This record gives sequence, structure tokens and C-alpha cells, in this order.
Amino acid sequence: MPETKDRELTFGEAVKEAIAEEMRRDSRVFVIGEDVAEAGTPFKVLSGLVEEFGTERVIDTPISEPGFTGLAVGAAMTGLRPIVDIMFGDFVTLTMDQMVNQAAKIHYMSGGRWKVPMVMRTTLGAGRRSAAQHSQSLHAWFSHIPGLKVVLPSTSYDAKGLMKTAIRDENPVVIFEDKMMYKLKGPVPAEDYTIPFGVADVKRAGSDITIVATSSMVQVALGAADLLADAGISAEVIDPRTIWPLDEKTLIESATKTSRVIVVDEGYERYGVTAEIAAVIAEGAFFHLEAPVKRMGAMHVPVPFSPPLEDATVPSEKSVFEAARELCGKS
Amino acid sequence: MTGPTLQSETDSAIGVKQWLDMYRRMVAIRLFEEHVNDLYTRALMPGLAHLYSGEEAVAVGVCYALRNDDYITSTHRGHGHCLAKGASPERMFAELLGKEAGYCRGKGGSMHIADPATGNLGANAIVGGSAGIATGAAFSAKRLGNGRVSVCFFGDGAVAQGLLYESMNLAQLWKLPVIYLCENNLYSEYTSNSEIFAGDLLGRPAAFGMHAESVDGQNVGVVYAAAKRLVERARRGEGPAFLLCNTYRYRGHHVGDINRGYYRSKEEEQRWMTDRDPITGHAAWLMKQKFADASLLKQIEAEVAGEMAAAVQSALAAPYPSLDQVEKDIYA
Repeated sequence: MPETKDRELTFGEAVKEAIAEEMRRDSRVFVIGEDVAEAGTPFKVLSGLVEEFGTERVIDTPISEPGFTGLAVGAAMTGLRPIVDIMFGDFVTLTMDQMVNQAAKIHYMSGGRWKVPMVMRTTLGAGRRSAAQHSQSLHAWFSHIPGLKVVLPSTSYDAKGLMKTAIRDENPVVIFEDKMMYKLKGPVPAEDYTIPFGVADVKRAGSDITIVATSSMVQVALGAADLLADAGISAEVIDPRTIWPLDEKTLIESATKTSRVIVVDEGYERYGVTAEIAAVIAEGAFFHLEAPVKRMGAMHVPVPFSPPLEDATVPSEKSVFEAARELCGKS
Repeated sequence: MTGPTLQSETDSAIGVKQWLDMYRRMVAIRLFEEHVNDLYTRALMPGLAHLYSGEEAVAVGVCYALRNDDYITSTHRGHGHCLAKGASPERMFAELLGKEAGYCRGKGGSMHIADPATGNLGANAIVGGSAGIATGAAFSAKRLGNGRVSVCFFGDGAVAQGLLYESMNLAQLWKLPVIYLCENNLYSEYTSNSEIFAGDLLGRPAAFGMHAESVDGQNVGVVYAAAKRLVERARRGEGPAFLLCNTYRYRGHHVGDINRGYYRSKEEEQRWMTDRDPITGHAAWLMKQKFADASLLKQIEAEVAGEMAAAVQSALAAPYPSLDQVEKDIYA
């Protein structure tokens, strides 16, 4: 890790810094989406970007996700490097033909002759009392599709390094940012650095149980690990950071070491990211496991509006703590 | 028989050589498609194909108005566009047969021919699915200032797709150099387009304030002249346009669509082939203008026929990709 010199940025500032640095570095990079320019997005993540780069490179669009995503695919094929901003992760549903049938397949379908170097950045996560159409975590959809890469940063440091890697990648990359995390502060080097895809990060070392956690669930897992420590259980928290490519080796090694695993992700548990990672670990560490791999994802319901109902749908520090204790036979 | 007339639209930059070349290209597309149908019928071609026969004047007229580095996006009925933009028949046949020598190393097939060397961004098997890509290519051309123009080919079946209108809205807002090229062949798969869209086709671009024209898509000279004007207009920075070419699909929706009586009559098909054929129409015009006599045209047809037969043989003899190719080219 490069020297951080105690500099701290919020997650949102880290995202913007990565984009600004890459836009300075490469004139082909531009941002396109709804209210990205003067408004700087509803979350103000891109505030100030348009002042430096102008409306030619920070481009407000009509509310027209398929249209501007499709435009970005074509622009990426012909010499530019678009960053498509999809305001809420729920709106990716509108772009699925362009992402799944076009962006993901063009390189393969053309026998490698065209490529689509584009980034889609969007959000995931419940908790903002925004109900069923502004709160979903749909990253598993993209992880299912060959040709796409899927990135889930969970800290300011990762947000900057992974965004820069995404922008320099020659393929379509989808980045999901937890919108509850934009104000979270963390150390971020001022200098240029990138984080390779497919390399998990051990957020906390431990020996009794592995908690594999993504995005919004990393903080939940770290909170649970604190509670577990108080209960005499040493939890290792591993963040895959990219769910495709997936660092299977690090996950399997940790499972082999601790022999107990919980996988926590805010997407739906059913047919979800937790299911895939649990299967990878079960196949790779079966003879070292003391218990079945436990999955914890969102409840299989549309995200409800009412606060107590919404909170019940997502794993919490407490629920992860309790599940871990049970898995360790100490409930 | 109604011969084509160029009216006042004859481009003085175009001479006998070019008019004859357009004839050659239309014949090439027709013969290419006949070979495809033959390969399919003899079970030598995997999958299926959507033949362009009858619509040759559109692809040839439009692509003749383009530079080599201009962009096109094509459709599931795309062989004509690809050939007209400069694709080699041999590599196209190879692709249709799933061979390594094909444009996409055999991974794309009939509906996905793509070729950066001729500005072909790819045929697309999602109806209307390439509208965004063509518009994005025009966006790049404008941003990079390279003077390129992008042509988005689509059929009347695509006019019910939302992406087309989202793309047209962006193109008109941002004055992008893109031509939305609608080939109205009257049928959306197996359904008459009288059942497909409400209102008037040209009312759609009009709603965006987009320049639009409608031409006889069976007359290569007329198509060329209109395309040339709109392409150069776009190249000068005057924005996008919509060109409606009225045409007809001789064959079925795809090679296997043989019994078509439930959606159109044999008489109607015969009428178009007899009265409105783009190749015989252009031939008659060439002879009337004394640009060619019958023997010259026969000679061109024979030459093209020889080239096509050789291309088919070469593609049939070419090897399939090795199995290690299956996991290559997923990521760049």
C-alpha cells in the first residue's frame, strides 16, 4: 500500500478523485449520465468535476438510460472511454440489453476485433427509506454474464484504486457503490495507485471463522468481528473487492485455515453472490470445513419502505454476530 | 417495367465506372445470398440466415456515399450491408460456416459480422439494438473531430423499439453525424407492418425536429443521391438525418421461412420481383444511358459468379477454429 500520509477522504471524494485524475491523464475519458454536471449527482459525488472539465466531458443527459448507455457502448468502440453514471442501481434494469447483449458480447462475437472499454458506475444498498425501486443490490445480475467485470469497493482507499483500474481496463466494468457509504472517511493516498481486479483484501485477520463480505456488508462484518472478539471468537474478514474476476484462492485459503465460513452480501441470497462464493469455498475447502458454509444476503422480498421492515431485510452486525457464534458452536 | 430515373439528383462526381461498380456490387449481394440459401438447403450451413435479396439498392446506394472509415451498424439481415461496406465474400462465407477464417473467427456467424477495417461496428441480432452504438460512434466522430459519419441500418420492425427514439433524441440534441437508415420492407418478421406501427414513419423523426426524407429503395441511383446529400450534410456538422428507403424482402424472414401465404401473397412477391427489381432496373437504366450493353452486364455477372463460387469453395474447405478458441476473446 502506498504511503497514506494520514490523508483521509470520504468514499465519495475518493471516487471523484479517481475520476478526475484519470480525466487529467487521458483526454478520452468522459462522464455521461443524469445530473452529473452542475448537480454533481444527487449524492454530490461528482461535485466540482464539471468546473474543471467542462460540459464537453461531464455530460448531462436526458432521463434515458438505455439511450446514453448504448451511446457509451458505441463511443467506447470508437476511441473514447466513457464512464456511464446510473443514478440508482435499480435503474440498471433499463440498460440490460445494452450491457448484456451488446457491451458484454461485442468483443467475443467479433472474434476479438472490437473492444468496449467502458465503466458503468451505479449504487447498491438499502437503508435510505427509498422503497423497492431505489434500494436494490443487483450486482449478481452482471456477475452472471461473461464479458463483464463487477467491482464492489468497500473503503475510500479501494474506491479510488479500483475506479482507476476500471477506467484503464479494456473491457466493460460495472462498479457498484454503497450509497450509505459515501460519507464514510478513510485513508487515501494523494498519489496515483491502482488496485488489480481479482485480488481480495483481508480487512481483518482472524483464526476461528472467516466472514467473506462485500461492499456495504464489509462494515457490518467488521462490526460483528468486534462483537465476536468480545465473545472470544477470532473472525477473519475478507473482502473480495471484485466479484468477477473472483479471488478464489484467497477465499479457499482462509476457509481452509479457519474451517468455518459465513458469506455476507446485500444482494438477494437466493441464486446470489453468497451462493456462488459459498459453492466456491465448499468445492475448494470441503475437507477442511467443520460446518456448512453459511449464506447471509437480503431477504427475498422487494425492499419495503417502512423503516423497521426495511431494516429487517438486510444482514446486521447483530445477525452476523449471532450466526457466527452459532457456527462456532458457542450460541 | 419501370426503370429507375435519377431525376435531377445525379451526382456529377459519379461516372460510368461507378454506376457499373454499383451494378456489380448489387449482383454480388444477390449471388452471395443465393449461395447462402443453397448452403442452408443442402445442410452445409449451421444455424440460419436472413437474406437481403431484393433490398440490394439500399445497402449499395448508401455505402457508396460513405468513406471507408465511416461507420455502419447492421442488422440480423446484414449480409448486404457488410458486403456493400467492403467485406470480402470469402471471409463472410467462412464466418457463416463457423470457420476460423471468418470475420469473427467463427464466433459470431451470420448475424454478427463485424470488421473494424471497413468501419463495420457489427451486425446486431437484437432488433433496434444497434441504435445506441451507431449514435455513440457518431458521438466519438464529433468529439475526435475526424469527420466520420455513422449510418445505423434498421428495418421497419425496429420502429417499435424505444432505444431507437432515445438515440434519435440524443443525436438531434447534440447534432451528431449519424444517419438513421430505415429499410421498410413491409414485414416485421412474419407480420405485415400495418399491424406494427401507428402513425406515419416520417412523423417520428419530425417529432425530434430531425431532417427526414423518403426514397424509392429499389433505385440505387436515387438511394445513393439522397444518402450522399445527407451524409455530407452530417459531415459538415449539420446534424443527423433519417432516411426512409421503401423496399421489399424477396425471401422469407429467414431461409427456413418457405410457406409465407399466411402473411403475404405470391402475387405480391412476384409483382415486386418483376416490376421493381433493383438489379434489372439499374441494368435497364445503364443500357438506356448507353453506359453498358447487355454483353458487358453479362460479363460482370459472370465474373461475380466466378468470384462467389470460388469464395464458397474456399470457405467450405477452411478449418473450424480449434477448441482452445472457445474461451478466448471473452475479455480484451
